[in-house]
Amino acid sequence: MTKKDNFLKGFFKENPIFFYLLGMCPALAVTATFETSLGMGLLVVFVLTSSNIVVSLVKKWIPHDVRTPAYIVIIATFVTVVKMLTEAYAINLFDALGVFLPLIVVNCLILGRAEAFASKNTVIDSAIDGVGMGLGFTLGLVVIGILRELLSTGGIMFGVYLPIGDAPITLFSLDMIINLFAADFHITDYGLKVFGLAPGAFIALGIILAVFQFRKSRKDRKIAIAKMEFIAEKKRIAAEKKKLAAQKLAKAGGK
Amino acid sequence: MSFTLFATAIISAMLINNVILMQFLGICPFLGVSKKSSAAIGMSAAVLFVMIISSAITYTLYDLVLYKYGIPYISTIAFILVIASLVQFVEMFIKKTSKSLYKSLGIYLPLITTNCAILGVSEGNITNIWVNHIGDYWGGLLIALSTAVGTGLGFGLIIFAFSSIREKLEASDVPAAWKGVPISLVVAGIMSLAFLGLAGII
Repeated sequence: MTKKDNFLKGFFKENPIFFYLLGMCPALAVTATFETSLGMGLLVVFVLTSSNIVVSLVKKWIPHDVRTPAYIVIIATFVTVVKMLTEAYAINLFDALGVFLPLIVVNCLILGRAEAFASKNTVIDSAIDGVGMGLGFTLGLVVIGILRELLSTGGIMFGVYLPIGDAPITLFSLDMIINLFAADFHITDYGLKVFGLAPGAFIALGIILAVFQFRKSRKDRKIAIAKMEFIAEKKRIAAEKKKLAAQKLAKAGGK
Repeated sequence: MSFTLFATAIISAMLINNVILMQFLGICPFLGVSKKSSAAIGMSAAVLFVMIISSAITYTLYDLVLYKYGIPYISTIAFILVIASLVQFVEMFIKKTSKSLYKSLGIYLPLITTNCAILGVSEGNITNIWVNHIGDYWGGLLIALSTAVGTGLGFGLIIFAFSSIREKLEASDVPAAWKGVPISLVVAGIMSLAFLGLAGII
């Protein structure tokens, strides 16, 4: 596996949320808006990369039997660092994430990567794997976050939770599109509020996973059809050969 | 006064702020172990058991050691270590004392270390108590324990109900795209919608 493949595998082929169903608790809990999803994802990138680097550095000295507690302590240390930094520099994000910030410790993705990848590979490979998988996780969270915020408020806001700029800006809203066609036309209250609440999280993730499964089932069906056609073709060729052989035999017999 | 507090904390943790449907803690066992009702009951019994012990220990540790000596920021590391070693200890203890209990709970115990509901309740307890009961050890412990009991019962209730629905769902004709996890998530969403209606009872 090249370094580029190693980096890119987390985005689509082995996306932690959509294909491994890892880290489902934050995927449901912090994705009410685009920005909290992005913030959580970036924190996970930091923790995952640092813990992967440290685990691959110290893998020789950790006895096999106590490796899981050792990894958990390494991860918990970085989570504590992240928790204190977030509280100091992005207090709004800290309040919005709540208990899910310390709960990065028990995110199966991080322990899983430490166990499956960092404990067997070199430092550089582990760092690349951490960044790639973390960004893949961020991509998953952001997709859910954009869908939920768009459905629940009708727009995407930026700058409320992350400490960027002074006032929050609207990246996108339905008003903008409507104003392109009819300037005086204002709809208010077009959001489906339920998508910002707990039930909407389950339903939105269910819809996204169903889309992925639909694509996969179509691909599988295509592969199955191609396989069947291939087998039929082979059978046809074999039958033709048999026929030819029989004709030859008959000709030879006739002579 | 204390009984009302106890009952309010239990009902609020069990029904209103349900651990799975409202707080999204413990989604992995919720999706993973809920294919059969027997497994769901075993898992939720193990979670209830560990949750009560671990929240008593972590609350005591926080109040009498970490907070007293001015190192509350280390709580995440301390709690996860306590929970991991507690789960190991409980597993060994049950194995030695009761064979039948070990048979029913044993296989679920190792899964509990990475169950975020346990750590989530411990972390939630200290933030609740930070606001409400600072300095009052026994009062805080009572709230912590009743929250743990309520959360464990709520976890068991939801995971059992969901496993019963899922057993029916296996037999029904679902479109290929929705089969498995997607339809389960939508069902959980509808359950969550129903639990949203309980928000006004306290």
